[in-house]
Amino acid sequence: MATMNELYQSVILDHNRSPRNYRVMENADRHAEGYNPLCGDQLGVWLKLGDGDVIDDVSFQGSGCAISKASASMMTAAVKGKRRDEALELFDRFHGVVTGQRPAAEANLGKLAVFSGVAEFPVRVKCASLGWHALKAALERQDEPVVSTE
Amino acid sequence: MTATAGQRARPAATYDVDAIRADFPILSTRTSRGRPLVYLDSAATSQKPRQVIDAVAGFYATGNANIHRGVYELSVRATDAYDLAREKLRRYLGARHAHEIIFTRGTTEGINLVAQSYARPRLQPGDEILLSALEHHSNIVPWQLVAEQTGARVRVVPVNDAGEISLDELERMLGDRTRMVALSHVSNALGTVNPVARVIELAHAAGVPVLLDGAQAAPHLEVDVAALGVDFFACSSHKMLGPTGMGVLYGREALLEAMPPYQGGGDMIGSVSFEKTTWAPLPAKFEAGTPHIAGAVGLGAAVDYIESVGRPAIAAHEHALVEYATERLSAIPRLRIIGTAADKVSVVSFVMDDAHPHDIGTILDDEGICIRAGHHCAQPLMRRFGLAATARASFALYNTAAEVDALVRGIERVRAVFG
Repeated sequence: MATMNELYQSVILDHNRSPRNYRVMENADRHAEGYNPLCGDQLGVWLKLGDGDVIDDVSFQGSGCAISKASASMMTAAVKGKRRDEALELFDRFHGVVTGQRPAAEANLGKLAVFSGVAEFPVRVKCASLGWHALKAALERQDEPVVSTE
Repeated sequence: MTATAGQRARPAATYDVDAIRADFPILSTRTSRGRPLVYLDSAATSQKPRQVIDAVAGFYATGNANIHRGVYELSVRATDAYDLAREKLRRYLGARHAHEIIFTRGTTEGINLVAQSYARPRLQPGDEILLSALEHHSNIVPWQLVAEQTGARVRVVPVNDAGEISLDELERMLGDRTRMVALSHVSNALGTVNPVARVIELAHAAGVPVLLDGAQAAPHLEVDVAALGVDFFACSSHKMLGPTGMGVLYGREALLEAMPPYQGGGDMIGSVSFEKTTWAPLPAKFEAGTPHIAGAVGLGAAVDYIESVGRPAIAAHEHALVEYATERLSAIPRLRIIGTAADKVSVVSFVMDDAHPHDIGTILDDEGICIRAGHHCAQPLMRRFGLAATARASFALYNTAAEVDALVRGIERVRAVFG
C-alpha cells in the first residue's frame, strides 16, 4: 500500500508550491476548462499550436489541491514541444497508470511516474487527471467545460 | 423538561461518553491502515447505535409485513410499529398532531415536496422566494426549479463575515411579492445557528410562510415546531442516528390539508376510478407507495436513543467539543476558521494557507481521521467567502476531546508535509 510519502513526493510538493506555466495565455489557439463538481476544483488549460500540430506553448491556471496543481504543472512541462497526437497518446498512458489500469513500469512516463502512487488513493485519481482532461478537451476542441469525475 | 424552541440548556452533571461510544459498533473498528477510527464527519451522516441497528434488523427478522392493508396480525403489528414511529417523531419535534409528520426519503425530498405541492400552485410571475446565502444546495435547487416553472424569482439574504444572516436585510427584503422564506436552521458548512424564531416572527408579520431546513438542527438542538410556529420543517433520519433513505417533513395541518398530493400511487388515495380519484387524509396523502417501514422503525429507535441520553446533555457536550476544537485549531499558525458566528453547533470549518482541503483530508485519512473536504454542497456560500472548499470537522454525541487532539496532531502532520 502506498504511503503518504509516496503520494506527496518532494517533486509534487515543489510543483504545488511553484507551479510551472501557471498563467492565463493571451492569444491562445485553444482553451478548455476542467471542472470537478464533487469538490468544486477547476483548472483552465491554454494552448498554442504551431506547424504540424506541435504544442508550441501551454499554460494552466485555476484552483485545486496539491495533486491537481502539481499534475497540471508537470503536464505542461511534459507536453510542450510535443505533437498533438503524441500528447494525446501520453494522456492515455498517464490516465492508465493513475487509474490503476496499467502498470507504471510499462508506461514509460518519465518524471510523470511520481503520480503512480495516486492509483492507491481512488478518491484522488480525479485530482491527478483534472488538468489532463482539460488538455485533451482543448486538443480535441471541445467547447463545453470537461467534467472530471472518473 | 420544558421544550424551548432551538435553545441549548446547561451542561449535565455527568456525561458518560465511553458508555455512549460502546453503543456505536463502528467506533471501535479500525481503518485498513490499522488506525482507530476518528469519525469527525457527523454533519455528513451520523453513525448508528446498536439500538437502531437492532431495531431495523429486528423489524425485518420478526415484524416485517406491508402496512395499512393486511388483515392478518403481522401486518397489523407492522402498521402499529410504523404509526408508533410517527408518534415518536411528533413528540421529538413538538408537533401538535401525528398527521402533521410526513415520512419522506430525507430533507431533500421534504423541501421538494413543499416547493412543488405548496409553493408551485401559488406562485405567479414576479413573486419572490427568500433564501439565505448559507443554504445547502438542497434548499436552493428545489426553489430554482419552482421559480423556473412559475416565473417567480429567488432572492438571497446575505451573510456577514462571521457567517451570520442579516436580519435587517431579511426584513428589508420581505415585501409584497415574497411568498416563501426557506432557511437552514443550522448551516451545514459553518455550523451557524440562525435566529429562526425572529425570522419566523418577521416573515409571519409580513404574511409569509417559513420552511426550515432542519437537517443539521434536528440532531443537535431541541426543536419545538409548534412553539416556533414554523410552517414547514424538514429533516433527515441519517444525520440523527437513524437509517439512510428516511426523513421527516413537518407541516402545519391547515397548510398540508390545502395542498395537492406530491406523488400519486398506492396508499395515498381515498378511492380510485378512471373518472375521479380522491385523496386519503393526512398523512397518507403525502406518502404514496409502500414507505420505508424499517427506516421509520429505525428512526423511532434513534430518537428514543437521543432522548435517553437527553438533548440538553448532548447539546452541552457538543458545545464543549466545538469550543475546545475552536480553541485548539485557532492556535495553529496559518490556519483560519471559517464561520465564527456567536451561535454555532457541531461544526468547525477551516482552511490552511499552505494546504488545500483535499490534501488535508487525505493526510488525516491516513491517520484514521474522517473529515469532510470540499464545498459541502454550499457553493454559493463558499464563493461568498472567496473559497472553493474548506475542511470541516463536525461533532456528535459520541465524539471526545481526545479525538480533537488527534485532529490537531493530524493537522501538525499536514503542516510538516506542506510547511
